[in-house]
Amino acid sequence: MSDVVIRAENLGKRYHLGERERYLALRDLLARAMSAPARFLIPEGHQRNGHHKNGARSHIWALRDACLEVRRGEVVGLIGRNGAGKSTLLKILSRITKPTTGSADIFGRVGSLLEVGTGFHPELTGSENIYLCGAILGMSKREIKQKFDEIVAFAEVEKFLSTPVKHYSSGMYVRLAFSVAAHLEPEVLLVDEVLAVGDASFQKKCLGKMGQVSHEGRTIVFVSHNMAAVKALCNRAILMGDGAVIASGTVADVVDDYLLGAASEASVKEWRDPALAPGNESLRLSYIRIVSAEGKPVIDIDSGADIEIGLENFRQNINLGFNVRVSNSEGVLVFVSHHRLSPDNDSRCGFYRAKCRIPGHLLNAGCYSVDLGVNKDQRYSLLRLESVVSFEVENTATGRGANMGVAPGVVRPLLSWCHSFEEKPSYKEESSWVKVVGQTERVCRP
Amino acid sequence: MIKSATLDFPMQGLRQRITPPANCLDLNVRELWDARELLYFFVWRDLKVRYKQTAIGALWAILQPFLTMLVFSLFFGRLAHIPSDGLPHSVFYYSALLAWIYFSTALQHATNTMVENQRVITKVYFPRLLLPLASVTSGLVDLGFGFIVFLGMLLYYHIQPGSAILLVPVFLLLAILTALGVGVWLSALNAIYRDVRYVVPFLIQFWMFASPVAYPSSLVPERWRWLYGLNPMAGVVEGFRWSLTGHGQPPSLLLGVSAGMVSILLVGGVLYFSKVEGTIADVL
Repeated sequence: MSDVVIRAENLGKRYHLGERERYLALRDLLARAMSAPARFLIPEGHQRNGHHKNGARSHIWALRDACLEVRRGEVVGLIGRNGAGKSTLLKILSRITKPTTGSADIFGRVGSLLEVGTGFHPELTGSENIYLCGAILGMSKREIKQKFDEIVAFAEVEKFLSTPVKHYSSGMYVRLAFSVAAHLEPEVLLVDEVLAVGDASFQKKCLGKMGQVSHEGRTIVFVSHNMAAVKALCNRAILMGDGAVIASGTVADVVDDYLLGAASEASVKEWRDPALAPGNESLRLSYIRIVSAEGKPVIDIDSGADIEIGLENFRQNINLGFNVRVSNSEGVLVFVSHHRLSPDNDSRCGFYRAKCRIPGHLLNAGCYSVDLGVNKDQRYSLLRLESVVSFEVENTATGRGANMGVAPGVVRPLLSWCHSFEEKPSYKEESSWVKVVGQTERVCRP
Repeated sequence: MIKSATLDFPMQGLRQRITPPANCLDLNVRELWDARELLYFFVWRDLKVRYKQTAIGALWAILQPFLTMLVFSLFFGRLAHIPSDGLPHSVFYYSALLAWIYFSTALQHATNTMVENQRVITKVYFPRLLLPLASVTSGLVDLGFGFIVFLGMLLYYHIQPGSAILLVPVFLLLAILTALGVGVWLSALNAIYRDVRYVVPFLIQFWMFASPVAYPSSLVPERWRWLYGLNPMAGVVEGFRWSLTGHGQPPSLLLGVSAGMVSILLVGGVLYFSKVEGTIADVL
């Protein structure tokens, strides 16, 4: 017996450029009608690549010839860069929009979670929104009634059920919204990046819920940029790029494939042609690279990274030096590092190469950008380049146990703790209000 | 197709096929019926939200037709001396305004409904036709409130409606179908061309003067009556007044033409709607 739940063949989706961002007005239609006779003269096939006479693209294929098969009980991670077509594919599978070409079959009840809080109305109260949102996501009234208490308990909003959700804190709002969605029980669940909501403890709860759902034998297609979550939850991964399915296979293989491709693009800058290289009459940059240490294909928390800088110097006998500033995606400066190439005013014309190691277990997972400043006498700037390269540190589970979310904080050191235990506190018992009961439980005494 | 699917997949009966937008009609009536509970929730939401954070709440449902009636009685009745088929001005205008205000609010509501719900439309699938359907349904509650006031007016003026009052549901149905027929068109068009939103207030204004709201249809010359009937609201408004008060003319020819017109509008609207429905999320 075949147990294919989703089968998509040659799915394609074409968007007219501008159409998605800006709505049509009648004047566009008139303009299009005026140019229509000209378009009839060109056969459809010749317009396929979407070039106008003036060379501007008139449409874009967000998805092209995408084929995939998902079997019952599989949890499939859909990964790829922004604009790879993941969300478009999900939108087509969840029937929000129709494909331009191809077809797909889905067997079973489909639930889609493309956003947290779909259908929430700010004026309605918490409990009213549970019903509304549940109904919009495809639950029946009876089903919602049955799960109502469970939903409320999961969201931890018991006290605010009769408050309009516009007065909720954003955390409460998101918790309630996710909770409704999490109690949807379709046979096929399509999930876009919606787990990255709420605080760390709620994220953990959400991931736990997802894991629980997947163990119940339901089929899940899960779009995420959180590779740790994909690795933990999915048993198969599909890599997409430029609107097509590039690779499909075990999670470990596909995720590594993806990270390798994504990492090398922004983190390595080499200028072979001196005319294009940034520089001035004092010096010229030839390369700056952030590469992972120890021959690992990607930079992750455990591996650390190497910074390699090469520059051509044109000035003799000065005190040449540079500094590297690393900022995270929130713009917070994480650290500055200086290095002096010729501290004794003895610089020479020619190439300087410098290299240093950012150790593992220092930077937290996330994206970082690097500014480079070259200076004379550690004071006078010779060249300043903002965000010259960027790199991403991938999350790993080291030191985090089962929680695969990204730990908060700018840095993520691996600290070695030590601890001790004793049956009774060593200070005087009668003055203490804390008493050790049994092994580990502590209680307060009035 | 479905049979073979159930043979191949005995555990599930449901199979959904996703294909590019078809050129012909692909309205899934069964799907619409299965989603009736969601229609109920949409209507319920509209009602809940409509008068939230207003001081007098649902009283607005009564005040709107009542105040309009006062204005009409003063200007059209007292000052312009427009004939009122032998009815007190207030009853004459109010009976027509009941139907008209329902129609115009339902139309405005339906026009904006796709745009107002764009966040939902772009994030989850449901039969989109539910939205204009909900818009014309939720207005019925306001109509109900307005009707209670009308009964009070009948008592006050000692007007006894004849057996024609039994025909009110027929005219009401015609009003609903007209609002739905036009609303479906406008909701889909407004999703694509936002110009519609600015046109609709004028459309409603013109339309009111093309309907016997402020004057009796007897003012329209007999030989133009059929043309007048092409406006389905002419039959509805005149029918409302006649069946509620027993005064005026039974809209015979007028009603026939109106009903025909409504059918064309509705079928055309649903066809157009189901054609653009599949990709409406892309243009919102």
